Amino acid sequence: MSTIKKLAVVSTAFGLLAASSSGVLAQKKYDPGASDTEIKIGNIMPYSGPASAYGVIGKTEEAYFRKINAEGGVNGRKINFISYDDAYSPPKTVEQARKLVESDEVLLVFNPLGTPPNTAIQKYLNSKKVPQLFVATGATKWNDPKSFPWTMGWQPNYQSETQIYAKYILKEKPNAKIGILYQNDDYGKDYLKGFKDGLGAKAASMIVLEESYEVSEPTIDSHIVKLKASGADVFINITTPKFAAQAIKKNAEIGWKPLHFLNNVSASIGAVIKPAGMENAQDIISSQYLKDPTDAQWKNDAGLKAWNEFLDKYYPEANRADANVMFGYTVAQGLVHVLKACGDNLTRENVMKQAASIKDLELGGLLPGIKVNTSATDFAPISSVQLIKFKGDTWERFGEILSGDAGG
Amino acid sequence: MSVAAEDTVTEAPAVEAVPKRAMTLGTGTSLVILAALLVTPVFVKNFVVFQMTMVMIYGIAVLALNILTGGSGQFSLGQSAFYALGAYTSAVLMENANMNYALTLPIAGLVSFGAGYLFGKPALRLSGIYLALATFALAVAMPQLLKLHFLEHWTGGVQGLTVMKPDAPFGLPIGQDKWLYYFTLAISVAIYVGSVNLLRSRSGRALMSIRDNEIAASAMGVDVAQYKTLAFGVSAGITGIAGGLSAIVVAFVAPDSYTINLAIALFLGMVVGGVGWLPGSFVGAAFIIFVPNIAESISKGLSGAVFGVLLFIVIFLVPHGARQVAIVAQQMLGKLKN
Repeated sequence: MSTIKKLAVVSTAFGLLAASSSGVLAQKKYDPGASDTEIKIGNIMPYSGPASAYGVIGKTEEAYFRKINAEGGVNGRKINFISYDDAYSPPKTVEQARKLVESDEVLLVFNPLGTPPNTAIQKYLNSKKVPQLFVATGATKWNDPKSFPWTMGWQPNYQSETQIYAKYILKEKPNAKIGILYQNDDYGKDYLKGFKDGLGAKAASMIVLEESYEVSEPTIDSHIVKLKASGADVFINITTPKFAAQAIKKNAEIGWKPLHFLNNVSASIGAVIKPAGMENAQDIISSQYLKDPTDAQWKNDAGLKAWNEFLDKYYPEANRADANVMFGYTVAQGLVHVLKACGDNLTRENVMKQAASIKDLELGGLLPGIKVNTSATDFAPISSVQLIKFKGDTWERFGEILSGDAGG
Repeated sequence: MSVAAEDTVTEAPAVEAVPKRAMTLGTGTSLVILAALLVTPVFVKNFVVFQMTMVMIYGIAVLALNILTGGSGQFSLGQSAFYALGAYTSAVLMENANMNYALTLPIAGLVSFGAGYLFGKPALRLSGIYLALATFALAVAMPQLLKLHFLEHWTGGVQGLTVMKPDAPFGLPIGQDKWLYYFTLAISVAIYVGSVNLLRSRSGRALMSIRDNEIAASAMGVDVAQYKTLAFGVSAGITGIAGGLSAIVVAFVAPDSYTINLAIALFLGMVVGGVGWLPGSFVGAAFIIFVPNIAESISKGLSGAVFGVLLFIVIFLVPHGARQVAIVAQQMLGKLKN
């Protein structure tokens, strides 16, 4: 017995030794772009060109990483944020992505913006096994871990948002006559598809008019008049901020008062509701997942206070009414969370593993109850939204947190 | 960018008469450059090889515009449309018909040639800035046409089409990037030599006589209408091949890749390279690829403005583009020899 015991002790000791030494090995593992002192993060943004308004996102992220570095970095490592301009042109995106991976040797490509640019680099990054993490697009196809295990989305996708509206209409107003106005591009069509999918078989009978407009049109007044004439009593408003404000105003002018659904893209009080007139926007329904910094209800909110302090110190020239600033801030926090979770194992594989195991993460910029969740089969970090209704001078949240089920 | 383009357009009727010998480089210089292009990929990173491939592809497209403007004196701001047509032809054939990528290129060229020729017919009635405007309309319309619903089955609509990137054939031990580089290089050389020969031929002389004086040309028996349309067709065809190549190399096509910005960039490349000087096309292409990167590294927020300033400096210092630089260099070399 005693010899067996001795053997057992010795073997346990060996086991422990082996475990601890493998622990030491596992402690520090690096892929290109990571070292004891630095983590290189690549990013591609349209700082110039037709979508340059989104460049603010990259600038906010850069400012946030400066803050992280000033506070000691992530697990003692400084973030080196390399952000390039692609002018929203896919061939340029490919060039910049290759520069990041092959020349700058970044650990991962973070939050590149736009559906076409991301599509252009998806195959390349997946074949190189470089994470294409938290892409900044609302398209539905980024949640596809089986075919693209190195690509992960971030925000709720467009299709699930309009699906939620469709479900709401089917429940609350089953005999609705629906008029739709949408922007004639990928964003508008994605929203439209989600809405029709949500209505299902009833889409054909319920939708009385589908109107589309081009971004280049100076005003959409004529479309609104046409929609009113169609006799619709529900208005699905899939427009970007400038046009959304025009639509709300025109509705009031011609006295059309349908049940009005406004897409999340334009749910900003500062950029849309105020210019359109608060009194004209009463009872509009929309959805949100981020806090609207121009909404007075968040004045004393801890998350918003932290956001304001960050902007004061690191990005004072930021336009605080711009929803993109909040977007960039939140997604940068998401990345820092993932990098922290990686510990000293900064391999690309571990980055994806940690990114795919976020559990109920709450961030200061997200609405109460909205949490970031991922798993090996769920690459859609934020998939729920909150329905909101405009009352007085603020968005009132109503109902529970909803999630759409549009998937890649 | 648009300001620069407008300026050149208003000066349009006065395309300088470039004698045909001054349109190319000497044989010796050409061979040295070719040799340099052949060995460079061995020494540089794949990413640089990719950039050089893109320079050659844009170079071919600028060359095509150069034949049209430098050769026949017509203007086009619609080259992006033919480029898109070629790119989509290649992409659709590769993805939907599983055709070999190399075989799609002649078809892309033919389709674009046809489109250019047909567009050239009515456009003939226009000249100078009016023609430039008509082609401008084409460039504006193209991205939207590509999004049309009934074409979506083939074109992928707004989402675009992802294309398989080809490997080197016959088990050659080189990577995709290097293989595509040499593939593109071979096509570039063929198109360059072909273009030089075209402009030196009878047809080339006819084109240049039209450029220099239409009335005199027709008095000498040149079929002005025919040659002008042909120039349009050939230019569009070559642009289509460049587009097809870009689809293969970038491995993705989407309407956003072929906006009016591309047309203006190609125009810019031609002016910077030197109108009517064929080798300058590739210098111009390098300009439109690398200078935005330089501008961005100077200032992210003002990259467009910095690019504008750089462009202004180039136009101000060397209004005839790379051709002027080459001529000055040649003269200095000549002085050294004496």
